[in-house]
Amino acid sequence: MAKLFAVTIIVIAIASAIPIVLHIWVPPVDISTHGKLIDEQMSETMVEAGICFLAAQLVLGFFIWRYSNRPKTEKIKSFPGGARALVAAAVIVVGLEVMALGAFGTRAWAEIYFTPARPDALQVQAQAGQFAFYFRYPGPDGKFGPIHPEQINEATENFFGLDTTHDADSKDDIVTAELAVPVNREVHLLMHSKDVGHSFFVRELRIQQDFVPGLDLSLHFTPTKIGRYEIVCTQLCGLGHYNMKAYLEVMSQEDFDKWLKQQAALQ
Amino acid sequence: MHEPSQQVLHHHAPPTGFIRKYVFSLDHKVIGEQYYGLALVAVYIGLVLSWIMRIHLAWPAYAIPGVQYLSKIGAPGGVLTPEYYLQLMTMHGTIMVFFVLTTAPFAGFGNYFLPIQVGAEDMPFPHINMMSFWVTFIAFCVAVSAFFVPQGPPLSGWTAYAPLSALGSIAGPGQGTGQVLWAVSIAIFCIGQLLGSLNFISTTLDMRCQGMSLMRLPLSVWAWFITSCIGLTAFAVLMPACILLILDHVAGTSFFIPSNLVVNDQLQPHAGGSTLLWQHLFWFFGHPEVYIAIVPAMGVVSHVLITNMRRPLLSHRVIIYSMVAIAFLSYMVYGHHMFVSGMNPFSSIAFSFPTLAITVPATIIVLIWIGSLYGSKLRINTASLFALGFISMFVSGGISGFFLAQPSIDIMLHATYFVVGHFHLVMAVAALFGIFAGTYFWFSKVTGRMMNETLGRIHFWFTFVGAYCIFMPFHYLGMVGNVRRYQAFVDDFMAPLMPVHKFITIAALITGAAQLVFLYNLIHSRFWGKPATQNPWEGTSLEWSIPSPPPFDNFGGKLPVVYHDPYQYGVESSTGDYVMQDSPEVIKTVRDDS
Amino acid sequence: MATTVQPPEIESSQVVHRPSSGDSGWRGMPPAAGGLRSVEDSSPASRTGIWVGLAAVTMTFVAFTSAMIVRQGASTDWRHFTLPSLLYFNTLVLLASSVVLEVARKRTAAFVHGLRTSRSAPLLWLWSTLALGIVFVAGQYMAWLQLRALGLYMATNPSSSFFYLFTAIHGLHILGGLAGLTLVIWRLSKTIPTLHLSTLSTVSYYWHFMDALWIYLLLLLWMRI
Repeated sequence: MAKLFAVTIIVIAIASAIPIVLHIWVPPVDISTHGKLIDEQMSETMVEAGICFLAAQLVLGFFIWRYSNRPKTEKIKSFPGGARALVAAAVIVVGLEVMALGAFGTRAWAEIYFTPARPDALQVQAQAGQFAFYFRYPGPDGKFGPIHPEQINEATENFFGLDTTHDADSKDDIVTAELAVPVNREVHLLMHSKDVGHSFFVRELRIQQDFVPGLDLSLHFTPTKIGRYEIVCTQLCGLGHYNMKAYLEVMSQEDFDKWLKQQAALQ
Repeated sequence: MHEPSQQVLHHHAPPTGFIRKYVFSLDHKVIGEQYYGLALVAVYIGLVLSWIMRIHLAWPAYAIPGVQYLSKIGAPGGVLTPEYYLQLMTMHGTIMVFFVLTTAPFAGFGNYFLPIQVGAEDMPFPHINMMSFWVTFIAFCVAVSAFFVPQGPPLSGWTAYAPLSALGSIAGPGQGTGQVLWAVSIAIFCIGQLLGSLNFISTTLDMRCQGMSLMRLPLSVWAWFITSCIGLTAFAVLMPACILLILDHVAGTSFFIPSNLVVNDQLQPHAGGSTLLWQHLFWFFGHPEVYIAIVPAMGVVSHVLITNMRRPLLSHRVIIYSMVAIAFLSYMVYGHHMFVSGMNPFSSIAFSFPTLAITVPATIIVLIWIGSLYGSKLRINTASLFALGFISMFVSGGISGFFLAQPSIDIMLHATYFVVGHFHLVMAVAALFGIFAGTYFWFSKVTGRMMNETLGRIHFWFTFVGAYCIFMPFHYLGMVGNVRRYQAFVDDFMAPLMPVHKFITIAALITGAAQLVFLYNLIHSRFWGKPATQNPWEGTSLEWSIPSPPPFDNFGGKLPVVYHDPYQYGVESSTGDYVMQDSPEVIKTVRDDS
Repeated sequence: MATTVQPPEIESSQVVHRPSSGDSGWRGMPPAAGGLRSVEDSSPASRTGIWVGLAAVTMTFVAFTSAMIVRQGASTDWRHFTLPSLLYFNTLVLLASSVVLEVARKRTAAFVHGLRTSRSAPLLWLWSTLALGIVFVAGQYMAWLQLRALGLYMATNPSSSFFYLFTAIHGLHILGGLAGLTLVIWRLSKTIPTLHLSTLSTVSYYWHFMDALWIYLLLLLWMRI
């Protein structure tokens, strides 16, 4: 049974690695400027993790095979180098590798979070609420009108609680259910939540960020490929969480201007 | 540190009467069995919940027979509503993490074997120990009662993030009474654990018998001791968090609820609270909690493995220091659950480095386990199979943690099935393997009978292969973007993944069924198992020096005296290749590494 | 790991009566022959136990403190108010109770060790401690009533929320201390007293800690509320 167990461990280890090695899993197409760093980080980590995983499981399996059911006369032996060698290996090889990888990984993070948005980025506001995302563009005046939470009304589709009669800045605001943006232009997404915690996740954009009630957060990104991409909510927000999604529409600047005019007319 | 306590002889009578012997018992062994029994009930409830969840995920429209009796509005005709899926998911996580993984390896085995392995008659505070069990039991009853209130249990997950968890029933079904019951249950649970930690720490430090220095303690004792230290600080922070949550519900306060929230078009009256405060408090507890779940298993696995390898680990001290290092680091890493939570992004980087650093002591322990197999005389039985399986599972689950420790990668993997795969492998599987290893190993000491080895092996094989079939695919699902805590996968990305989900569900049902083999084995062997000798595994630690089952005062009125380190295997002695800790025999080693 | 082991030195007599630690369990028999004269002060286990317990209590209040600090910073709706001056009187009462408890401890130890024959003095001091403790709790409750009269309830403002929270949780712990004192008094009052000094020590450590904790809370509330 020991040998069977050893073989099983090895088979499972190799079988687990196959989908990765054969690239059965392919990351979603990258439409962001920082995605390359993330994907590289992921590949590096996968290689190192994969080596550690296979090495550990294979050696475990081999040792179980070799050292079970030994005759009584054989003596106990100790691993060459003993504990000292293994501690050194763990600290030096694994420890340094792991910390190095972590240090390199900060580059991608820094690009997203430690740089401010460009002043000429397209400002869009995103509001997450149970169970839909809504977006608001500031309109020709470039200003977002104030939000009056007590005036939020789903029935009249006043999702942001705007008072267009009294607030001049709100008059030209454009509220949509889709996040349309022009390609290759930086977007500054201002995020707030209407009720509970939500999250903004676009796999192709390599962006995930929570909406935190009470906090005004923001993200900036530059989409690089035209297309239609899913925005999914990834923070448990209630019974409709599984269905809470919107679409990121990346279009040419022309198409975007047309779209924005159309949406303005629908307000 | 205190000197080992002097010999104490108490000539008191054993407990009499059914209530004193089996219900309100002061005997640490009975209390340990009670905890184990509670965990057993809890794990099967949690298992059934997971079956219902998995069946619903694979076949959302299928009417699961019987579920309509659990909740008419939650599962009309047996088909789960979206909210009921989340409610079952919440209770699955809560029951498993608290009432199984914190209870069995720590409170169950620890209560039974810690005093024996240090050479004590009992813990120093038996009344408090008894209270700790009954308090935990009450917490369990309160948690389960959430199923039976009109709107059912909460749906906010075992993590209960505010403000979803704090707003009340307006935020969703079960978020009113159900959520309050949840918070009350957990607060009570914290008290039970604190009372238990008190005894564990005092016993380890002050009740050791003569000759039992700290370095002569078995690794299982070190693991329980370290765990109780972690538990002391961790649970003492969760309890305030739950109290604040309860107050937000019942007293109209706004600890966690900010201003200007609009739910169902109604402006909420709360103002000024901090959503992230809940997350900080919860995860300050939550991360040490997962080490509370795994460290006892590491101790038990070390203990079982050594006995079955017939040699001590390459270094006893290094394992202890590594477990201490893990415990110490566990407080510094909790922010890795909050990388994309909206906290300061610099904090995310700060938290990621200790998270990566914790790889080192964990790797040391794994390498020493594997390295100690080299040149050993490995014996294969169900207990050692589960111990070895633990190593495999811990490696797999630990390595997936390496991905999640990096914020830039976490962007892609946070809240996906990758995370679910990671924590199930390390907690649900690895920690559970530790529980199984301990059960098969120590069953004979507790009951005087052996568990059936054939059934044990069947249980092992189905569980080992089945667990990989279930949880390895979770990682791939996560990498392609399968989001977690969804009751159905209806969107472009995830609908094509349904075949994988179906495969996982079938694997889960089969693996779950194998757990019934374990239950049968446990119960059948308890009454009709083969009678066991006192030391069937030829172990060296003190539990093997006493009869099976032990007398009420463990050592029959005469405390042991310890002469040796805990794991004198691979030596030449009158008993064979081992020397028991309390044997005065002077030994010469025969290993060629001496 | 070659080991040649000398057997450890074992005293010829292994029979050493030690008081039971912490609570009595089924070791709660009256002290050994010789009446009340053979007991010692607190055993290591009860000392460890109380420190462990107090560590947990400390962590709880640390968590509440950080919650308050975060909450204060989270928004601008914090309204400061003046602490009822009754609190300062209550503080003096609590401090006095600690002093009285120490006197009680010394008297009780003297009695238990046989240096005094009457237990009426120790009991008087213990009862006084208990009484002062009850006065403290009553005083805290009166402070609450004063706040209510000003319109400050639990949910009125985060500042009042934390005030009630801290004083309530501390008050609950004081009630626990009162229960411990009651147990001590009861055991000492029995026809054959069964009080172990270690029990009294444990209760005393707890009580003094609650005192110190209250000083900390008072400062915290005074500075921040």
